[in-house]
Amino acid sequence: MSATAEILDSVQSGYKWGFETDIEMDLAPKGLNEDIIRLISSRKDEPAWMLEYRLKAFTAWKQMAEPEWARVTHPPIDYQDLHYYAAPKKKAGPKSLDEVDPELLKMYEKLGIPLKERAILAGVEPDPNERPQIAVDAVFDSVSVATTFRETLSKVGVIFCPISEAVRDHPDLVKQYLGSVVPVADNYFSALNAAVFTDGSFVYIPKGVRCPMELSTYFRINARNTGQFERTLIIAEAGAHVSYLEGCTAPQRDENQLHAAVVELIAMDDATIKYSTVQNWYPGDADGKGGIYNFVTKRGACRGERSKISWTQVETGSAITWKYPSCVLIGEDSVGEFYSVAVTTNHQQADTGTKMIHIGKGSRSTIVSKGISAGRSNNTYRGLVRILPSAAGARNHTQCDSLLIGDECGAHTVPYIESRNPSAKVEHEATTSKIAEDQLFYCRQRGLSEEDAVNLIVNGFCKEVLKELPMEFAVEAQKLLAVSLEGSVG
Amino acid sequence: MSVVTQTGAAGFLARYEALKDRLPGDAAVRAAAAESFRVAGLPGGTSARRIEAWKYTSLRPVAEAVFQGSASAAGAMAALPKMNAPRLVFVDGKLQAHLSDMVPGFKSFADQAVFGGLARPDRDPLVALNTMLADDGACLRVPAGVDAGVIQIVSIGTGTAAFHPRHVLKLEAGSTLVVLETAIGEGNYLHNPVTEISIGSGAHLTHVRLQDEAAAAFHLSTIYAEIADGGTYDGFSLVLGGRVTRTEIHVRLMGPKAAAHMNGAQLLSGAQHADFTSVVRHDAPHCNSRQTVKNVLGGKSRGVFQGRIEVARQAQKTDGYQMNQALLLSPDAEIDSKPELEIFADDVKCSHGATVGELDAEQLFYLRSRGVPDSEARALLVRAFLVEALDLVTNETIRSILEQRVDAWWERQAA
Repeated sequence: MSATAEILDSVQSGYKWGFETDIEMDLAPKGLNEDIIRLISSRKDEPAWMLEYRLKAFTAWKQMAEPEWARVTHPPIDYQDLHYYAAPKKKAGPKSLDEVDPELLKMYEKLGIPLKERAILAGVEPDPNERPQIAVDAVFDSVSVATTFRETLSKVGVIFCPISEAVRDHPDLVKQYLGSVVPVADNYFSALNAAVFTDGSFVYIPKGVRCPMELSTYFRINARNTGQFERTLIIAEAGAHVSYLEGCTAPQRDENQLHAAVVELIAMDDATIKYSTVQNWYPGDADGKGGIYNFVTKRGACRGERSKISWTQVETGSAITWKYPSCVLIGEDSVGEFYSVAVTTNHQQADTGTKMIHIGKGSRSTIVSKGISAGRSNNTYRGLVRILPSAAGARNHTQCDSLLIGDECGAHTVPYIESRNPSAKVEHEATTSKIAEDQLFYCRQRGLSEEDAVNLIVNGFCKEVLKELPMEFAVEAQKLLAVSLEGSVG
Repeated sequence: MSVVTQTGAAGFLARYEALKDRLPGDAAVRAAAAESFRVAGLPGGTSARRIEAWKYTSLRPVAEAVFQGSASAAGAMAALPKMNAPRLVFVDGKLQAHLSDMVPGFKSFADQAVFGGLARPDRDPLVALNTMLADDGACLRVPAGVDAGVIQIVSIGTGTAAFHPRHVLKLEAGSTLVVLETAIGEGNYLHNPVTEISIGSGAHLTHVRLQDEAAAAFHLSTIYAEIADGGTYDGFSLVLGGRVTRTEIHVRLMGPKAAAHMNGAQLLSGAQHADFTSVVRHDAPHCNSRQTVKNVLGGKSRGVFQGRIEVARQAQKTDGYQMNQALLLSPDAEIDSKPELEIFADDVKCSHGATVGELDAEQLFYLRSRGVPDSEARALLVRAFLVEALDLVTNETIRSILEQRVDAWWERQAA
């Protein structure tokens, strides 16, 4: 698309990922009961233990109540009015990309997701100036449609595949780790996910291996009235290193759609997991109609000494975001990080933050959260830093800044700090302000339009977080910020 | 007479049923409060419902305690701070005329039972309990433009009494008042006061509270203050005593250029639990709120700080600041801190900060290397830690009373 056309497109639609792809779908009937769960399990060819796990979760879920503590409001969700399984129709699983529905490939192309292993297909050495290679797992509604670069990865022992495949091919690993960080009955949405999850990514990095390329999953909700419940499990053995990216979009629709994912990370001794998200689900229109309910549980366990888990997220989409990527710092000298930019406009509601649970001696955590509210939106940072008596010498620093654009939005900060070890040091700082007049004036005076000036200032405000993103994502995220805030100034 | 003593919420409700025809003031207000209390119960008591505002404090010990009657106040009287200012003395919540001085503009709540209208029994269970059973307290009115000087309000708790005093302070436009509230006692009583304060335009209230209750006592106080344009509320609470205590302050800035300071220091040891909760609401533009709260925690004590700054849509040009810091002196102490910002106006400057740690080893080393003995060096650093919060108290006599109490507390720790 030429630059002009791109601008035109974004001005007209506001949300340029809002198209719908017409693909023949295999839909389970609406509703949630044991039969549906059995159906999902059988469609996925799952072993008996997996079905048992799901049914156990379903039993727990039925006894739980939807959490009400977050600062979000929405009409009650009818869990019986959703499809819990939606997959593009196909005879057998695609053996190669050529067998994938061309409509699907077109869609991913439109989204800018490289599903073709270009360098390999062309049969030439990759140009060093070209974009770095990224392995992609593309999840379309309930199933993974393609995973690229699997051969290259398997040469070094890295397993990167849809989780439904891992359940069949690597049952020991899945059995051992699934639900070990986020237990089945951890919360309402995680229990729901455990009962009905359909796909997601599975990553296993063996001992001492540094994953040779960025891994990425691209989530796309397409079908109407479906819930998307993906499950991601990443295990980094001792000394392993992996960087994982996650992107999400959905078509523009009037009704709300539910997305309840669970992500579990496990880092052993000296392992590092870097998890980056650019979340751009459809946020609803200017009047707050439609949009995705994004109720996600993400948690990482730093089990090994000196292990490190780093969450970076750029949240611009979803009608409602309910998400607290957390770190359980068990290992001695383990490190947890949380870098977040959350942008809300129109009628969006975001209640997001993190939990850092310090258990290990000398564990350290850093939280940097930037919230930007515009329009009539509400943006809340909610975080917990807990130091247990065992965490001698633990250290936390938290910085939460909120920026308000316009006088009809709200910015809120709700940190919880609990310390039970005197040698631990915890610091928390939070500020709320609007874009400074003098900064705006400075830019305007140099000929920048008001909108460009705001973009520049907002990008500066978020810089600490954006610089944590892998190169590929940083550019996309900056553009996304600009598009999200379009029309909220002046 | 054989009486089956009921504990917890049921006990208080039974007491209300027995007394309700004899309690002063608007019976309908009490009945509504009783209903609220019946529904809410004591937070963390026997009712299972979890209340976010009481996340870190459970009143189970209060619910399990038996409150029966008074004992002698003579011993506690001796511990009163010496100060040359008129005082109103309450024993177990009842005004003691023979111990009190003449104070202009004063009426007892027993004589003039007018609820101030600021309290929210429908929201705050302890305030519902107070409204249901309040039978005495201090009602003070300072006429416009008058400087009423310093007044002491003293509460002495005894035995196993449970008392719920209701105080109403009204400062008319341009008036000034300094209040020193002291709460002391002997026994395992419950002191549950509610204070409603209205500050007129340009008026100034300095409200210093010394909470040095008996070690086994419960102290649960709630303060509501509304401040008109240009008015100022300077509040400082020193919390030393009590087994389970809570100081809850709700301030509302109603007119432009109103200001509120809500400082506090909690010094705890043993198995004490003290909760400092504040909510400041900016409802008008150009207002200013400042808060510095310090916790010094020894033994197995647990300190709680919850502070919320709320800024309404219309409250542009708000300047809000909040700092809370905790020193953990022992490996078994715990601090739980929840500073909150809730902001709906865009042209504001709001910030909060929180730190938790132990005494700085480098600072200690600096003093020790200059020949200051360890215990003195620690005392010095703790005192320095508190200065920022104490600086709000400018009345020298009152400040020295507070400092003496802090020093005495430290000596008890060192001993």
